[in-house]
Amino acid sequence: MTILARLTEKSWEPGPQPVERDRPSAGAVGMVAYFGVAMVMFSLLLAAYLMRMGLHAGTEHVHDWKPMPDPPLLWINTLVLAASSVAWEVARRERAVRAAIVGSALGVLFLGGQLLLWRHYQGAGYTLSSNPANAFFYLLTALHGLHIIGGLFAAGRALAAANMRNVALCALYWHFLLIVWLVLAALLLST
Amino acid sequence: MATTLADDLRPLHHPHSWVTKYVWSQDHKVIAIQYSCTAIGIGLVALVLSALMRLQLGFPGAFPAIQPDNYLQFVSMHGMIMVVYLLTALLLGGFGNYLIPLMIGARDMVFPFVNMLSFWFYLLSVIVLVAGFFVPGGPTGAGWTLYPPQAISEGTPGHQWGIVTMLVSLAIFVAAFTMGGLNYVTTVLQARTRGMTLMRMPLSVWGIFTASVMGLLAFPALFVAAIMMLFDHLAGTSFFMPTMQSMGAITPTQGGSPLLFQHLFWFFGHPEVYIVALPAFGIVSDLISVHARRNIFGYRMMVWAIVIIGALSFLVWAHHMYVSGMNPYFGFFFATSTLIIAIPTAIKVYNWLLTLWRGDIHLRVPMLFAIAFIFTFIHGGLSGLFLGNVSVDVPLSDTFFVVAHFHMVMGVSPVLVIFGAIYHWYPKIFGRMWNETLGKLHFWITFLGVYAIFLPMHYLGILGVPRRYYALGETAFIPQSVHLANAWISIAALVVFCAQGLFFFNMIWSLFRGPRADPNPWGAASLEWLTPDTPPAHGNWGPHLPVVYRWAYDYSVPGAARDFIPQTEPQVEQRA
Repeated sequence: MTILARLTEKSWEPGPQPVERDRPSAGAVGMVAYFGVAMVMFSLLLAAYLMRMGLHAGTEHVHDWKPMPDPPLLWINTLVLAASSVAWEVARRERAVRAAIVGSALGVLFLGGQLLLWRHYQGAGYTLSSNPANAFFYLLTALHGLHIIGGLFAAGRALAAANMRNVALCALYWHFLLIVWLVLAALLLST
Repeated sequence: MATTLADDLRPLHHPHSWVTKYVWSQDHKVIAIQYSCTAIGIGLVALVLSALMRLQLGFPGAFPAIQPDNYLQFVSMHGMIMVVYLLTALLLGGFGNYLIPLMIGARDMVFPFVNMLSFWFYLLSVIVLVAGFFVPGGPTGAGWTLYPPQAISEGTPGHQWGIVTMLVSLAIFVAAFTMGGLNYVTTVLQARTRGMTLMRMPLSVWGIFTASVMGLLAFPALFVAAIMMLFDHLAGTSFFMPTMQSMGAITPTQGGSPLLFQHLFWFFGHPEVYIVALPAFGIVSDLISVHARRNIFGYRMMVWAIVIIGALSFLVWAHHMYVSGMNPYFGFFFATSTLIIAIPTAIKVYNWLLTLWRGDIHLRVPMLFAIAFIFTFIHGGLSGLFLGNVSVDVPLSDTFFVVAHFHMVMGVSPVLVIFGAIYHWYPKIFGRMWNETLGKLHFWITFLGVYAIFLPMHYLGILGVPRRYYALGETAFIPQSVHLANAWISIAALVVFCAQGLFFFNMIWSLFRGPRADPNPWGAASLEWLTPDTPPAHGNWGPHLPVVYRWAYDYSVPGAARDFIPQTEPQVEQRA
């Protein structure tokens, strides 16, 4: 039933209603709702990023935004996360536990890569407080990393219980985080 | 074993010991009571703070213990506690938790463990918030809006530690709310019993559901703003901090935008008004319908209005920022969108009045509070028309007119609904009846009292009396009568403050000594009154879930045997 048909139902008419057989699982509904939350959070940060970046134009503010360089590690991490997502997709389609484990391991590898990236930037003098571009970079990657850590916990629980329905949800979560990361990386690369 | 409709294979978690039953409980009813008691407890702190503020404003200088710094701290903490930790937590965490599963015919929330976690995170956020009173320098005095740069700059009370506890507490609260909100939304979409279509849900559920969706989309803005300000304060970044001179020296921060914080804050802050208002709208619709023995007028329109108000409320945030120095063209857009919200809101008000029209009105205590809500809400809504227009708002900004407006519309109104709702559902929640006389006394003192407090404030505001001022002193534009009015407001506030003792005495005394309540004392048609046990047992419904055949508003149906038909009734019983 479409949402419009639901909202225009004649509430005052009594009578039995057919059982809805196509209800998705609670986990799936909850996760999609969470995607909404995370999407708002990252979008607001992106909006703040662009607003803060464009601030000096047209005002007498000091031009303090110095974009960060794009080391090859950024590309490598992106590839690792994409590979992790592919492994999860295999796990979802083939109901393969082994692929899910590979996906989680690649997720851990991505986190390690991000830590290396942080240290690389720190070593090159791009510290948190030296420039607003750096501050946004650390904040965005930290929040994204926390989401990956949360996903790893959920994946661990799903695998420990061998619950394939939850493994499939984890795969979708991974794809979502990959998309978020691609948007973030594109923003960091383009500015 | 009983299972939920949502996940038929999963048995309901059954508690075995006292601790898992009442402390680490996963039962939505216990969590609701835990949420409510915590919220009311911290709300009492806010109430005491408001009394202290009124003592200072009404009788300046008479209480040397209240210094300017203290006054600012009282203002800030009172505001934040009332909006976030009392109203949001009580309406969604308390009533949402209690009513959603019972009203839609579910055995529990769909994620009971996450629900439990939500409460404990909330409790943690309250503890961190209260810790602010004990850190060096005291809690933050930056106003509840916490605008940088002043919130974290030298000269503002609590700029060192108080602001940190506040921001950390808010971040934890958002995490708690997100866990709870995901539960409320998923439960409504997922766990409705057979026959309970979306358009047969009581309006309380619609209000709470829409407010939860809004909360999920609005609270991230507060989270992001709080984290960024923490970075600015603790790590020396400059998201919000502009170049400043402090004590003759240039601060290390530069180039940040205080306006960016205001946008983020109000992107949360305005929907927050409706996150508090929509559950109140829903609950008040149900109270009016039950106690006037009439179906709610225009049910579908009421649902659509709730959804439209929820959507529009994301497009109006900058009407809090007319004097912030943003682009003036924004003012035109946001004034227009603000005034458009008046349309669905007016539909709701007319429908409440038309429900009362020729109803069989029983002026019991919950109904008195519901009708009082209509008064205060219309009142606060009308003063909102003034503030929504840029040219009228500019001279009224930061005066007591604003204070009067938002207290009427989102302070007093939801609180009156909360009182009404507690009186209404108390017999179901505890299985006991409260004392009617004490309830009516509490109502009349509170209702007349809030008018005695907030009506004069409009006049103070028009005279130009600024808000957040410790003392007015001798000023040319403020006549002597203002001081008289302030003293009067303070006396009224203290009377209302004391009258709340009647409510607490009534509730606590009735818990032990009140007469046993009928399972359905008001003759209501919705599912929560039809549980096999009162108070409802764990799992709510006994061996079988209820099956729903009609909406929750079949009151005074011609030809029916009783003046209400429960939602589970397939046929109209004919009068013998």
